[in-house]
Amino acid sequence: MLVSLKPVVNDPQGLVVTDALHSLGYPEVGATRVGKFISLEVTAEDAKVARKRVDEMCRRLLCNGVIEEYRFELREASAP
Amino acid sequence: MSVRFGIAIFPGTWSDRDCAHAVGLAGGEAVALWHADRDLKGADVVILPGGFAYGDYLRCGAIARFAPLMEAVGEHARAGGPVLGICNGFQILCEAGMLPGALLRNSSLQFRCQPIWLRVETNATPFLGECRPGQRLRVPVSHGEGRFYADPETLAKLNSEDRIALRYCEANGQLSSDANPNGSLENIAGILNQERNVLGMMPHPERACEELLGSADGLPLFTSALHQLALLTA
Repeated sequence: MLVSLKPVVNDPQGLVVTDALHSLGYPEVGATRVGKFISLEVTAEDAKVARKRVDEMCRRLLCNGVIEEYRFELREASAP
Repeated sequence: MSVRFGIAIFPGTWSDRDCAHAVGLAGGEAVALWHADRDLKGADVVILPGGFAYGDYLRCGAIARFAPLMEAVGEHARAGGPVLGICNGFQILCEAGMLPGALLRNSSLQFRCQPIWLRVETNATPFLGECRPGQRLRVPVSHGEGRFYADPETLAKLNSEDRIALRYCEANGQLSSDANPNGSLENIAGILNQERNVLGMMPHPERACEELLGSADGLPLFTSALHQLALLTA
């Protein structure tokens, strides 16, 4: 799951990373956004249920809708 | 009858004793509230102090807002009880949806710990009743994530409803980007909820309550609430 600041929210960390890459000789770098990667192990009866539950987790806790947006993908894990 | 200030303690809260000291200087009674309890212990006012509740993991205040104590704090606020969130407490109130907007990483990317000037924008709240609009307060900030953000509609609403309580300013009261320690929109340092009984602010009034520490400008926030409640309960 990727959580990042909404495009309208200023990301000073991203600006600093852009500057650093420019000074290292990568002038081709444009806007940089720094976000978070979250990995969850979830047990669910099927992908549809898992998607619904994870989406709810994002809205309630993992992402603050005032400033952030999220996207995630499901990957089936092999049985232990 | 003494006015009782409940001071919330989450794992990682660090300013609770400073707040208790300030409450004592104001003439109130401080009582500690543990995050895992739902009991406000008869508090008339609730203070959510500064610190790093639950390590500020995920986002500042994101975990703390789900603490059992916060249910009781929400009920207290809905019943009109005064709530003051300072620094981390402000972040918790925003995460809990008790105040609009959010607090982001300072635009400088630095933790800022310094005295600043605040301009009182409204005194129509229990915490600023003894201040006058335009008054300047010398109080410290101490935070890495205090850049107030709200979408343009919310910001317009806060302005039109006179809910911006405090702004960062120069010593003469003028607003400028130099006076803004964190890049907050419109130099916002503190805001009110619609009912005006919940105040969230990034600066630390409890650390400026006696001249020995360089300023007593923070004390009116505590005495204002105390005197208003003392009148109500008299």
